[in-house]
Amino acid sequence: MARLPRMVLYAALLVFGALTLVPLAWLLVAAFKSNEVFFSHPFFPPPEHLTAGNFRRLFGELDFLRAMANSLFVTGATVLVQLFFASLGGFALAKYDFRGKRAAMVLMLATMMIPPQVLLAPMYELVTHMRLTDSYLGLIVPGMVSVFGMFLYRQAMMQIPDEMLQAGRIDGCSEFGLYWHLALPVSRPITGAFCLLSFMGTWNSFLWPQIVLQSDSRFTLPIALNQMVGLYRQDYGVLMAGTLLAVLPVVVLFFLLQREFLAGLTAGAVKG
Amino acid sequence: MTGGSTSSPRRAARAPYVFLTPFFVTFLVFGLYPIIRSIVLSFFITYGPRSQTFVGLGNFAFMLGDPDFWIAVRNTAVFAAASLLIQLPLSLALALALNRRRLAGRGTLRLAYFSPRLVGMVFVGVIFRLLFEGRGLLTTVSHALFGTDLNSSMLDSPSFVMPALVLTSLWLYVGFNMIYFLAALQAVDETLYEAALVDGANAWQRFLHVTLPGIKHVTVFVVVLSTIGSFQLFELPYLLLGNGPGAGKAGLTVVMYLYQSGFISGDLGFASAIGWTLVAAVMVLALVQMRLSGTLRKEA
Repeated sequence: MARLPRMVLYAALLVFGALTLVPLAWLLVAAFKSNEVFFSHPFFPPPEHLTAGNFRRLFGELDFLRAMANSLFVTGATVLVQLFFASLGGFALAKYDFRGKRAAMVLMLATMMIPPQVLLAPMYELVTHMRLTDSYLGLIVPGMVSVFGMFLYRQAMMQIPDEMLQAGRIDGCSEFGLYWHLALPVSRPITGAFCLLSFMGTWNSFLWPQIVLQSDSRFTLPIALNQMVGLYRQDYGVLMAGTLLAVLPVVVLFFLLQREFLAGLTAGAVKG
Repeated sequence: MTGGSTSSPRRAARAPYVFLTPFFVTFLVFGLYPIIRSIVLSFFITYGPRSQTFVGLGNFAFMLGDPDFWIAVRNTAVFAAASLLIQLPLSLALALALNRRRLAGRGTLRLAYFSPRLVGMVFVGVIFRLLFEGRGLLTTVSHALFGTDLNSSMLDSPSFVMPALVLTSLWLYVGFNMIYFLAALQAVDETLYEAALVDGANAWQRFLHVTLPGIKHVTVFVVVLSTIGSFQLFELPYLLLGNGPGAGKAGLTVVMYLYQSGFISGDLGFASAIGWTLVAAVMVLALVQMRLSGTLRKEA
């Protein structure tokens, strides 16, 4: 390609990239802006107006730490449970031939097509009857087994040679032992990718927790933040400080796992 | 199976069923039962989860006669169309621009484009609500460029609610879908381009006859996925517009309509009826899209 169009293209890419980052940079600054200058300076206020006061209020009177702890607990528990069941199920689908396997897999694919909204009303009814409303079990249990995760693991675990499993069996390893000591450790990249996906899904989840949770003390971050938007509408800096803290863990995790993640994300799509 | 001991093969035969038990149990309880139950529910009017009255197709009849439903359908359709026609071409253009081997900083750029996706929908709503606020960053920019009102929230004007939604979702998804296109572009066979060059094809012809067929599968995948996503739009407008449909109900979507009738008004039966209508619409659309792409292939 000629030199000039190439430069133009590159400049366009850079400008677009910068524009993409503007709202995030704005969030970073806004979290430290005092309310007096929040709108008088749409982006950068004079440096003396930057303050950690928003965070102090957030952790002081607003008890934001509690919502963070709730979110960490719910997300941590969900990720662990989902990882375990997805990898165990994926192992069964990858390395065993058994009667009804085809039917089971068709069933699983079918469940992925059900839009969650249609299940919302009966699930709420069910959770009410099971007395799981306003509890974390009500959040975690219905989504314990991720079909998407099982297929992700199946794909990865199919690479494990059968001879390796046979050797393990001869050495007296149990079937669960084969999964735990062999298949799971070998699939570490997929574990990284699925961990991040599961974390993002749970951490950012709004609709179902909004329906299930009732007491303020149990609210996860998205629910607590949404409530704050209603109650402290004018406390812009505080809201942005809360949002920044809510966004940060996902960003950190992403940078730790990004290579596995981007590979895992597109693996299915391109091959399919 | 070598069958050294008798117990090992038997255990190996039983193991997959044991390993898949969690799936089967949660499927029965939280998949199959709710689906059947929601079909049943859609024929009832309910008041909270404990009382119900049979109304036959009454829910569907009421829904079709409710002007709010049609507002929701229109808004959702407009949003879906905008996503397909603006967002996906931008994603593809970006992927094409990035798909050059000697592009300095490609990884960093890719990361920058993708980064909005890390912010949850809820938080995006909260952030952009303030960006569109009176004297907010976007309001200030728009005032400078187009002379729009500086002092009131842009979201207060009904005619701007939908553009605001589209703009926000562009920010959120252009880079994300670009990842799919980029992965597909990188999988296109290099030798096809070389052959096309030898045959004297210009850049546009190479794009039309090599690139497009090469990325067709991923394109169909992304189109179907983003159509489904558009029809499930809820959290973004709900948070952006302050827990409601926004000025002039211009941000009322089908799922928001479902949420408000089911969980604010407490009629789970009506919510189920809306849910099934949504499923039917999405399935028809996805089938049409896949069929269209199938026929295109036969012609080629």
